[in-house]
Amino acid sequence: MTDVTRLTLAEARDALAAKKLSAVELTKAHLGAMEKARGLNAYVTETPEQALAMAAASDARIASGAAGPLEGLPIGVKDLYATKGVHTQACSHILDGFKPDYESTVTANLWRDGAVMLGKLNMDEFAMGSSNETSYYGPVASPWLPAGRDGAWAREALKGDKKGLLVPGGSSGGSASAVAAHLCLGATASDTGGSIRQPAAFTGTVGIKPTYGRCSRWGMVAFASSLDQAGPIARTVRDCAIMLRSMAGHDAKDATCIDAPVPDYEASIGRSIKGKKIGIPKEYRIDGMPAEIEKLWADGVAFLKAAGAEIVDISLPHTRTALPAYYIVAPAEASSNLARYDGVRYGLRVPGKDIQSMYENTRRAGFGSEVRRRIMIGAYVLSAGYYDAYYVRAQKIRTLIRQDFEKAYAQGVDAILTPATPSAAFGIGEKGSTDPVEMYLNDVFTVTVNMAGLPGIAVPAGLSADGLPLGLQLIGRPFDEETLFSVASVIEESAGRVALPQPWW
Amino acid sequence: MNAPANPSKLIKGATGDWEIVVGMEIHAQVSSRSKLFSGASTDFGGDPNSHVSLVDAAMPGMLPVINEECIKQAVRTGIGLKAQINHRSTFDRKNYFYPDLPQGYQISQYKSPIVGEGQVIVDVTPTEQITVGIERLHLEQDAGKSLHDQSPTDSFVDLNRSGVALMEIVSKPDIRSAEEARAYVTKLRTILRYLGTCDGNMEQGSLRADVNVSVRRPGEGLGTRCEIKNVNSIRFIGQAVEVEARRQIGILEDGGSIDQETRLFDPARGETRSMRSKEEAHDYRYFPDPDLLPLEFDEAFVEDLARDLPELPDEKKARFMRDYGIASYDAGVLVAERASADFYEAVAKGRDAKMAANWVINELFGRLNKEGHDIVSSPVSADQLGAIVDLISEGVISGKIAKDLFEIVWTEGGDPRELVETRGMKQVTDTGAIEAAVDAIIAANPDKVAQAQAKPTMLGWFVGQVMKQTGGKANPQSVNDLLKRKLGI
Repeated sequence: MTDVTRLTLAEARDALAAKKLSAVELTKAHLGAMEKARGLNAYVTETPEQALAMAAASDARIASGAAGPLEGLPIGVKDLYATKGVHTQACSHILDGFKPDYESTVTANLWRDGAVMLGKLNMDEFAMGSSNETSYYGPVASPWLPAGRDGAWAREALKGDKKGLLVPGGSSGGSASAVAAHLCLGATASDTGGSIRQPAAFTGTVGIKPTYGRCSRWGMVAFASSLDQAGPIARTVRDCAIMLRSMAGHDAKDATCIDAPVPDYEASIGRSIKGKKIGIPKEYRIDGMPAEIEKLWADGVAFLKAAGAEIVDISLPHTRTALPAYYIVAPAEASSNLARYDGVRYGLRVPGKDIQSMYENTRRAGFGSEVRRRIMIGAYVLSAGYYDAYYVRAQKIRTLIRQDFEKAYAQGVDAILTPATPSAAFGIGEKGSTDPVEMYLNDVFTVTVNMAGLPGIAVPAGLSADGLPLGLQLIGRPFDEETLFSVASVIEESAGRVALPQPWW
Repeated sequence: MNAPANPSKLIKGATGDWEIVVGMEIHAQVSSRSKLFSGASTDFGGDPNSHVSLVDAAMPGMLPVINEECIKQAVRTGIGLKAQINHRSTFDRKNYFYPDLPQGYQISQYKSPIVGEGQVIVDVTPTEQITVGIERLHLEQDAGKSLHDQSPTDSFVDLNRSGVALMEIVSKPDIRSAEEARAYVTKLRTILRYLGTCDGNMEQGSLRADVNVSVRRPGEGLGTRCEIKNVNSIRFIGQAVEVEARRQIGILEDGGSIDQETRLFDPARGETRSMRSKEEAHDYRYFPDPDLLPLEFDEAFVEDLARDLPELPDEKKARFMRDYGIASYDAGVLVAERASADFYEAVAKGRDAKMAANWVINELFGRLNKEGHDIVSSPVSADQLGAIVDLISEGVISGKIAKDLFEIVWTEGGDPRELVETRGMKQVTDTGAIEAAVDAIIAANPDKVAQAQAKPTMLGWFVGQVMKQTGGKANPQSVNDLLKRKLGI
């Protein structure tokens, strides 16, 4: 086999099962690719020894016929998942040197099923960002090249501040970049307002945020507890389905995690969508939407219609209020969730003359500016005198948003089709430096889904005029990820698999 | 709030009478094996940081999961306080920074507590009973403990208590004196101990009180209150109310006004000191904890718990008065501790219940108090005391001899019935022997005989002489009867 990193996760699985390939070979190939791709800055920590040991153990299990569903498949792990004995910092300076002696439920599930850990992936600090530029470990570059630039120019840019290269999106930018650059077969990611779907859309990969409660949050560094949800990014819809089946499941250690059987998601790939009702929400047709996004959406409608789906116009009237409400709820929860990083028990400590100044010095040095901004917003909206005007109103809006979706589903809609992002990937250093809201607008199509706790998948559906990937989003009924996989696989097939960039790095 | 003031409770100031108004927040540690949101042990006295889970230490990515036993304990307590049980309650985060608070917030119940309004009936004196309203009871996490005496330059933190379940029981401002405050906490502690929901151990910090004190002129609206934090004994609670009320009266009578603030009681100096003013008060930024779903249960859950509850002090007291015919105050004393009530019932069963009450309260409790024992470590068992009561009822010994017998049992132990035999303490009921003594005394004292015949109250002198002669063992009734007959009175 020439380059086994070009396989999809499903193809690699089948090759391993057919003993055409060993897990150690597959893992070594990925470790080699990672080494060559360090300039992209997708991984913050590589764990080659662990990876090879896990791969060897997988080979033994395959040989003895005891292989798990993900046996021997090398994957990357977003830095916010606690991994025992391994760098776990949510890419924040404040968790300096933190290596937990526990393993998150989601990663433990993946290892149980035989997956191999390649390392920890870069991300926006505490998952706060849409471009992976807020990471303490520096920005991640997308393997996609900006229009008019060649590999030679890009290699030079990688050595410098990466300005002009494209962002992979965020917060799961390391995951998306690594998957798109073939530095892993798939990656864990997490999504609070779009952090799986937007980077997937920016990099021509597939990402699903399952229903809130589908995956355990235990051992994931919390950003906004009522919105955070684990999910995979991979190169195909099928690969996402395979990974999600292992990641999901009940966990008594997370009170918000649901106790319901996990379906065989892969079985829904290729299932007919004939007669499925697909809703098109008029409110997602926002002012100033680029023509290429309009066209992408129309193409998606055409694909689904051709596959026998029924397209219906729907209304989700409170869509416009979702983004501002999200930027109240998420920072409010974050301001409280991040209070534990106080320099007392673990991570960074910057001494001070008393406890108060130690707190101040530690948190000033440990948190980046975007995290500090959101902590301040959160503390403000929860403070006496503002709580009702901001937090309580935002919660009411949240209820209205959920009801919008419930009404649509009550009319028989099976899934809702929207663009995943308002544009293609932008350049590193291009957005948000003067006005953070410019960056927040990236989440305009995705936050509603988190606010309502619904499943959402982003799937590549075409290219922009500049030749960059564009994604469509499908939003499902609660715990009906299967329909999303079925419908998304139709789009994937109709649009044709995206040709991911050849290595230039 | 404007019930007429009880004149006997008022404090005389320089410019007239003042009424004290007190409300209390009692923090009672829930009796449970593990903490409110983690599996770590709640045992007292372990090495520092030996009972700490990842959740208690607020490690990244850790999540709280409700301990159902703590919920049951809170519901049981609510039933014991005759309070409304809320089938739906929520947990909120109270945000503030402190080294012994690892999460940076305390999980508490702010908006919707598990228990609503209830009441506690309090015996203040043998003749005075008051009812103190309960505003609410909610569950919350305890904090850890900062240790400042381990190093000259650093402080250390012990998280053993971090996350232990507390019930905060908030009273209405229905308390009007230091005495009432003490009686309220005593009664509340009794109820908690009966229920087994809190051990009530104030020395170990299982029960702490925040005492809100204000004063007002009788008939006026509520004055500005000060909150005295963390008072940890019933005696100190009384003292704190007293000194704080006097401090406030002093200020008001000098034309000043009370600043709403948090204060600390210093028992050594007998004063309260300002801890922080209202302006310095934290903004706790309460909001519902998104890691926890609302806590919901149905009426059947409550009924199951109610069915298995033990008899509570008020009901037990009523039953003692009804079944044993004892007075309200005596019954109240007996039921103050479940162990005392059980002891009393063991003594009273099948015996003269009033006599049993007298012996338990006056002889036994008196002696236990004097020697610093409690009922559990009593040197005299219920069986032994019961035997003594039997011996009196059967006329085998007199009440006076019974006290001597009690003394022997207390110090030496032994079976009272055997002791009476072996030590010759039996009452003499042999009329022959008594008659001989009576005759001898009458014969020796002709002058006294004449006096007694003129004035029958002189009979007592003769009784005394006979008892002396018989070493106290003569049956007093027989002596009386014989003397009356022989003296013709």
